[in-house]
Amino acid sequence: MSKQVIVIGGGVAGLEAAGQLSKAGIEVSLIEKENKTGGHLNDWYKLFPDRRNSSEVKEYLDGITHHDGIKLLTNTTIEKFNSNKSHFSIITNEGKELTADAVVVATGFDLFKSARKEEYGYGIYDNVITSTDLEEMFRKGKIVLSNGNVPKTIGIVHCVGSRDEKVGNLYCSKLCCVTAVKQAIELREHLPESKVFCFYMDMRMGGAFYEELYREAQEKWGVNFIRGKVSEAGEAIDNKLIIKVEDTLAGRPLKMEVDLLVLMAGMEMSEGGKKISKMCGLNTGENRFFAVADHHYGSNRSNIKGVFYAGTCTAPMNITETISHARAAVSEVMDYLKNVRK
Amino acid sequence: MQFDPFVIPFNIGLYFILIYSVVRSVIWFRDLSRPDKLRLQRGFFGTAFVQSLKEIFLESLIHRKILKTNFKLGYMHMSLAFGWFLLILFGTIEADIFGTKHLNAPYKAIFFRFFNPEHGGMGFEAVYGFFMDLILAFILSGLFLAVSKRFYSKVVGMRKTTRLKATDKIALISLWLIFPSRLLAESFTSGAHGNGSFLTGSLGSWLATFLPAQQMAYPFWWLYSLSLGTFFILLPITRYMHIPTELFLIFMRNSGIKTGDKSGTYSEVETHSCSSCGICIDACQLNFSVGITNIQSAYLMKAIRNNDDVSDIAHNCLMCGRCDLKCPVGIELSPIRMIQRRAGEPENDFRNIYKGYFRSRQSVALEKTNGSSAYDFLPENNPKKADVLFFAGCMTHLTPTIKNSMIKILEASGVNYNFIDEQGGVCCGRPLMLAGQDKEARELINYNSRMIWKSGAHTLVTSCPICYKVFKESYYLDVEVLHHTQFIKRMIDEGSIKMNFLHKKVVYHTPCDLGRGSGVYDEPKDVLKHVSRLEKSKFEDENSLCCGGSLGNMKISNQQKSKIARDAAAELTKGNPDILATACPLCKKTFSAVTETRVADISEIVAEAMMQPSVKKYILKQVNSIKELANI
Repeated sequence: MSKQVIVIGGGVAGLEAAGQLSKAGIEVSLIEKENKTGGHLNDWYKLFPDRRNSSEVKEYLDGITHHDGIKLLTNTTIEKFNSNKSHFSIITNEGKELTADAVVVATGFDLFKSARKEEYGYGIYDNVITSTDLEEMFRKGKIVLSNGNVPKTIGIVHCVGSRDEKVGNLYCSKLCCVTAVKQAIELREHLPESKVFCFYMDMRMGGAFYEELYREAQEKWGVNFIRGKVSEAGEAIDNKLIIKVEDTLAGRPLKMEVDLLVLMAGMEMSEGGKKISKMCGLNTGENRFFAVADHHYGSNRSNIKGVFYAGTCTAPMNITETISHARAAVSEVMDYLKNVRK
Repeated sequence: MQFDPFVIPFNIGLYFILIYSVVRSVIWFRDLSRPDKLRLQRGFFGTAFVQSLKEIFLESLIHRKILKTNFKLGYMHMSLAFGWFLLILFGTIEADIFGTKHLNAPYKAIFFRFFNPEHGGMGFEAVYGFFMDLILAFILSGLFLAVSKRFYSKVVGMRKTTRLKATDKIALISLWLIFPSRLLAESFTSGAHGNGSFLTGSLGSWLATFLPAQQMAYPFWWLYSLSLGTFFILLPITRYMHIPTELFLIFMRNSGIKTGDKSGTYSEVETHSCSSCGICIDACQLNFSVGITNIQSAYLMKAIRNNDDVSDIAHNCLMCGRCDLKCPVGIELSPIRMIQRRAGEPENDFRNIYKGYFRSRQSVALEKTNGSSAYDFLPENNPKKADVLFFAGCMTHLTPTIKNSMIKILEASGVNYNFIDEQGGVCCGRPLMLAGQDKEARELINYNSRMIWKSGAHTLVTSCPICYKVFKESYYLDVEVLHHTQFIKRMIDEGSIKMNFLHKKVVYHTPCDLGRGSGVYDEPKDVLKHVSRLEKSKFEDENSLCCGGSLGNMKISNQQKSKIARDAAAELTKGNPDILATACPLCKKTFSAVTETRVADISEIVAEAMMQPSVKKYILKQVNSIKELANI
């Protein structure tokens, strides 16, 4: 009889893990809380750094998970988790019991809820939006303000909910810088008449081809990068937004009017992940993400034998890293299943 | 003449402390400012003196306030203070009545039984002896509590007790020895002579059954005298200095002297009046939320007395003022802390001399400032004329929902207002003040004052209690300063704004600077009662908690601040309210991050409850525009 594995989460990591496991002849139950798989990938229009369409990656993931060995359960959440040595069972919200020899947790991340930074006015001023809202606009091909006008000046705020002790997130979300650069370029493409300003603390261009993209944004697209964190946004009578920021390179305070303000929301441990960590007794770190068994060579292992992690439920990652991490998780699972004593 | 060498230590101590008290009083009086000297003179010949006597009796002897807060702790203080007072008083009378002659030297009263061993056998003498034993028993019961408190502070219902330095310990031991040694000395003497009352008599006769009472008595009389002498000599450099100093404090306070913002006689008297009772430690959130137990006011007072470096202690405080209102001695703890935060300034620099028995002001020449302003870059501001000014302040700009609600309310109220820092303003100055940078704060105050004068307004409304406090206390303005809750209350009373009742359960958090800091307790609650179901919490009014977001403390980490916030929010939301209401943008911001309950400023709740602006306003607007057209 073939072994069974439950994968929790149908985002990039979960799909990749499920696909690779089924390829290796494992029976997989893939649990997804939404009505379709893909996770955050569905919210993104084009991906950095090459700006390919996100649907291409989705197609690949759908391709590898289109397999008889994968039982997909959408609109499903976990109500109860039991472990008995090497045997795991899960009861879903529909009262269904699933059993498995190993579990892969791929619960991913939640975007930082930008309304928590009230000073930026998300949810208060109409023309303050987040990076996901902007992706939605790109997908529709229409970038307009709440009154239907086309924005002329656009501000992009980096590090919203990342590297911010006041909201309790000390870590860097890694991807918002490059997202900002990508979106700034796209804005300039869509609206050639517009001016785009990015307000950053540090530019963290650590991935392949990120630095090149950053350079392109400045040289080709004339995006302005201003070093300094936006302290607050207010609304003027004509619906324009007034932002206050300290230009730390010039060493002076700056007040500026923009039509549209885009917040680069960071990544946080997902609510679903928090629920599962409590239910299963999985350890979390100070950053609230799952704590891995070893940072160097055990980043897929958890504190429970037979439960493995894949993807951004352990730390912020881009898609490339997420897929690699999910494959590594599969290799750990296979190794575990081979050696585990029944 | 009745004399024995063992009385010498007592006599040395007694005369030392008497002379010391006179010298110190003269120095203190000399250091007072001229107006304060006049206040004291007026107080001496006025009602303040009588009041002070009453207060001294109630607080220094009976310890009424401690009794109210914590009965066992109060009893401990009362039995020692009031009991000792009674023992001295009736001891003196006893010596006077039954002694060989009238007007005896003090030692004859203290060691009465030694010099009159045959006294107290019968009749009135025995009744008097019974009474004296009763007082001694009263003191010993308190002493028992004090000793237990030292080893296990929960005995007297406290979570923490104060830690001591070496001289304090010696003084403490000598204090502890005074009464037991008196008990044993008197008991042995009584045992040897077969007299004494219920305590000394019974203990004495029992001890005499197996010990040579006559020989044992003498060493205990020595011990009694020695412990008294040691205690008196150490008194000025230990916390027991509070015993004589509190009398001065009460009299000075009743004469109308205040701490102010410079150190001087009064702040020194206050510092020495602290008995280290530890009530401030129990009141402090830094203690019960994050376990910091070395910076509370009792420790600050001690560090100032010892002339230690206090800057760490002085700055590690939320400045919430909870301890101020709980201090049974009535020391103005927060103002003293503020003085210490400004300690770099020469007029606040003292050092101890003569082993700490006296203090002297550092003779440092005042640093010359070049007179240039740190804020030259600020543009001149010429606000438009209005009756009412609205000053949102930095924190309200960071919580735009409050700002927008206030605009809605001001618009609806129909007053002629000007939002003076709509395009961003200059800080009110309080954060700088809290950091001890008064000169820089003064520049900002002057800048804002000019702007307010130019507007010609009669009322200034602020949304932030931090601004409110500083506008009220440190600005010299002839405008009425209102917090927005007071303004809203007035608008409701006048009928200028009309509201629907929101069927919501609300609990109110009193912000420190609005409540304890400025005494505004009722208006916010009245407004909330008007629009919602206001529930009570365990921490109301003076007893309200700090939200943890205080600007006053830059020593603790954000994690610690967040812990304080979480604990406070958890306390306030115990009754599962729909809204946790506050009246401060900083409290709102701090609480929103740590609780699932909706946190809202009162202005938001009012704006939500407000009906469409009444017709009155439109008519007024039209009338105004007609007036304008007609150039009236």
